[in-house]
Amino acid sequence: MSLNRIINSKSFDIGKSLLAFNLRYNGKFVPHPPQYRCFRTQARSLAYAKDLFLGQINKAEVFPYPEIGNEELEELNQFVAPVEKFFNENVDSKKIDEDAKIPAETLDGLKELGLFGMQVPEEYGGLGLSNTMYARLGEITALDGSIAVTLAAHQAIGLKGILIAGTEAQKEKYLPKLASGEHVAAFCLTEPGSGSDAASVTTRATLSEDGTHYLLNGSKMWISNGGFADIMTVFAKTEVVDQEGVKKDKMTAFLVERAFGGITSGLPEDKMGIRGSNTCEVVYDNVPVPLENVIGEVGGGFKVAMNILNSGRFSMGSSGAGMMKKLIEMTAEYATTRKQFNKKLSEFGMIQEKFALMATNAFVMESMAYLTAGMMDRPGVPDCSLEAAIVKVFSSEGSWICVSEALQVLGGLGFTKNYAYERYLRDCRILLIFEGTNEILRMYIALTGMQYAGKILTGKIKEMKRGNLGMAVGMMGQKLRSSFGGTKDYGLTGKDGLVHPSLADSALKLEQNVYLFGSAVESVLYRYGKSIVDEQLVLKRVADVIINLFAMTAVLSRASRSISIGLRNHDHEVLLANTFCAEAFFKNNYMMTQLQKHAPENNDASIKKIAEQILEKRAYVCAHPLDRTF
Amino acid sequence: MSGRVLVGVKRVIDYAVKIRVKPDHSGVVTEGVKHSMNPFCEIAVEEAVKMKEKKLIKEVVAVSCGPQQVQETIRTALAMGADRGIHVEVSAKEYESLGPLQVSKILAALAKKEEAQLIILGKQAIDGDCNQTGQMTAALLDWPQGTFASEVTLEGGHVKVVREIDGGLETIKINTPAVLTADLRLNTPRYATLPNIMKAKKKKIANVKPADLGVELASKLQVLRVDAPPQREAGVKVESVADLVAKLKEAGTI
Repeated sequence: MSLNRIINSKSFDIGKSLLAFNLRYNGKFVPHPPQYRCFRTQARSLAYAKDLFLGQINKAEVFPYPEIGNEELEELNQFVAPVEKFFNENVDSKKIDEDAKIPAETLDGLKELGLFGMQVPEEYGGLGLSNTMYARLGEITALDGSIAVTLAAHQAIGLKGILIAGTEAQKEKYLPKLASGEHVAAFCLTEPGSGSDAASVTTRATLSEDGTHYLLNGSKMWISNGGFADIMTVFAKTEVVDQEGVKKDKMTAFLVERAFGGITSGLPEDKMGIRGSNTCEVVYDNVPVPLENVIGEVGGGFKVAMNILNSGRFSMGSSGAGMMKKLIEMTAEYATTRKQFNKKLSEFGMIQEKFALMATNAFVMESMAYLTAGMMDRPGVPDCSLEAAIVKVFSSEGSWICVSEALQVLGGLGFTKNYAYERYLRDCRILLIFEGTNEILRMYIALTGMQYAGKILTGKIKEMKRGNLGMAVGMMGQKLRSSFGGTKDYGLTGKDGLVHPSLADSALKLEQNVYLFGSAVESVLYRYGKSIVDEQLVLKRVADVIINLFAMTAVLSRASRSISIGLRNHDHEVLLANTFCAEAFFKNNYMMTQLQKHAPENNDASIKKIAEQILEKRAYVCAHPLDRTF
Repeated sequence: MSGRVLVGVKRVIDYAVKIRVKPDHSGVVTEGVKHSMNPFCEIAVEEAVKMKEKKLIKEVVAVSCGPQQVQETIRTALAMGADRGIHVEVSAKEYESLGPLQVSKILAALAKKEEAQLIILGKQAIDGDCNQTGQMTAALLDWPQGTFASEVTLEGGHVKVVREIDGGLETIKINTPAVLTADLRLNTPRYATLPNIMKAKKKKIANVKPADLGVELASKLQVLRVDAPPQREAGVKVESVADLVAKLKEAGTI
């Protein structure tokens, strides 16, 4: 255990100095004297969330909370001012929602401000912002849902493929006009028959007779910016011959220009929310695509798609937080002036609870988003896909619930179009659906983690079988300890603890949860083996627990930093962190209890039976309560 | 003529923020409150940058007096198109008592040092509402002044200024070098776009101390107390004109 500490504290120091760098997006970093070089030959595979599945806390990855340099922070604050001003003065969200269109002048203003090329490197005409800075600006663009989605569809996914997998030639050709907004991009993966099951696309790209270009045929659905995008990243099946000479259909990513011809866009969909964002069908009829427009490798499209989607997901945390902060202001203004029963609304317990919920959620969303962005901004190619998925699930559901509560505070007024609440509610609903539905992401989170844990555990079991006594004793000891309700000291609290003493209680709760989680994962894997893939209700609980664990980590890390450097109102942060951790602790314990074998708290079998019977008859099955049998 | 224009910019509490008076009534709460460039200063910067774009002048220099934070404001001016900045360092304590007289002494000294052809300022700052700095600066330099400008035209060695006055509009012709103060309708300031903010990072901001300019910052004014305006009282409805007259007589107004 003490050896562990030494190693951890060394990586702590290296981590700390690495974090103090000024960073830019595309892996190039601006040297900041004094410079500490890390002599590693391969990129570190960041596994914070993954190691939680083994009951391990990789403190160095998340403590201390990521910081950006002073210069970068000043620049960021400079950026924030004109963008906020623009949104306050030039964006009429109500009109955009009513007309289901973003006015051309508004789009032009956004392009001039430079918001269409935030993450495009400076040499191609963009702003070259890091993930952290992008997340910060996302807090402001989130004030109008339609604009936020239009911008995200263009750069977070539309042109991201060129950034992460494009050749130098592709970048030089396409990025400058995309960064200035002269061309708008779109991401075309989903089809009428292929949504969550992305690998099942049927759009085909066949090589032409003379082998100089591909012919693209098929149709895509729900494409944001589909009506006017000039450049599209399209995913289609291509015939690939593998090493054994077998012909297979594999997905490939293509850079398609509307100017190639043969592309028709359907009418814009009439949506519940984000009505100003253009969403439509796009049909490809023998569109000629030159060979040099393949992004990445032929047949490597699925990986490109996943990498693109994983890289943009985390910003939903900061967008959600930005929106929540605005809503708290608006709602508080009302609650502190409106009186009923001769008391201000703000004096009633149930109203106060809503504000606490909104503040806590905003706090967690912010903490998680910037922790993940900070992790992603480290040098190398860190794999934060798990953490990003966690941020997305929590933020989408948190936003939906909190907007609903904010609307409730205003009662009838909140329900009218005179106020923005109903529009925010309608705009929020899509967050749980796009960018990977929350159901899919929960499966992804749980299965990725369990796969990782399974591999390590099978490795340990193999060692044991080979006669590694030390391993066997270690594992038995662990099992005994956990069955007696013991816990492990992860080094978060105490003399050398990484967490500030005022958060010690919450840190202990986190440690307890993580330890229990490790053994819960182990027993679930043991019980189900490979068939765990089909046990969605079990996986859902696993995912929910780890989401809470990451959230607890993020708030503890952030609050510790705030106290240590003496940020304004850090006592309030401690309060928020402790309150959230206390609630999450009990929820986690309950869910982990439900995961135990034959747990009476687990209703899964009954739930499945009910669903079976209803879906068999495709209707509600019960006889009417007023029916008689005689 | 040097073709150099000096523009003064002030960092003030943002116009949209609700102002709160400090509990000890010594001033208003500024900590943690959003600050931005004084709106009239933005108009002044915009006018100077426009003149440069029309090639009527050669260089726009943005000046601000105050503690470290005012550099943000100078950077915004640079992002709008100013060529370089001058930060006159004033400690936070001295800044509390810094008023139009001190600032105009500083600006006058700088104008002589930089051989400025024009000084453009906002007509007033939205925190002090003094409306004195432009006029005092002109007087100290013995330069002509075109205040409350809603239209400015540079012609050779003169400036034609259309001023907004109580009775309407007044057009005057003054010689350069001169001091102009910008009024609301002079122009619509541009947004500092993010690419321009990044370009502005490369522009220089020089640091100067008031002592270097030979200016004494001591003020003869002392703020005794700051109070919030009284809450608006409810009105009274009257039934007839006779009632109204009676009530007015009661209040002693007629």
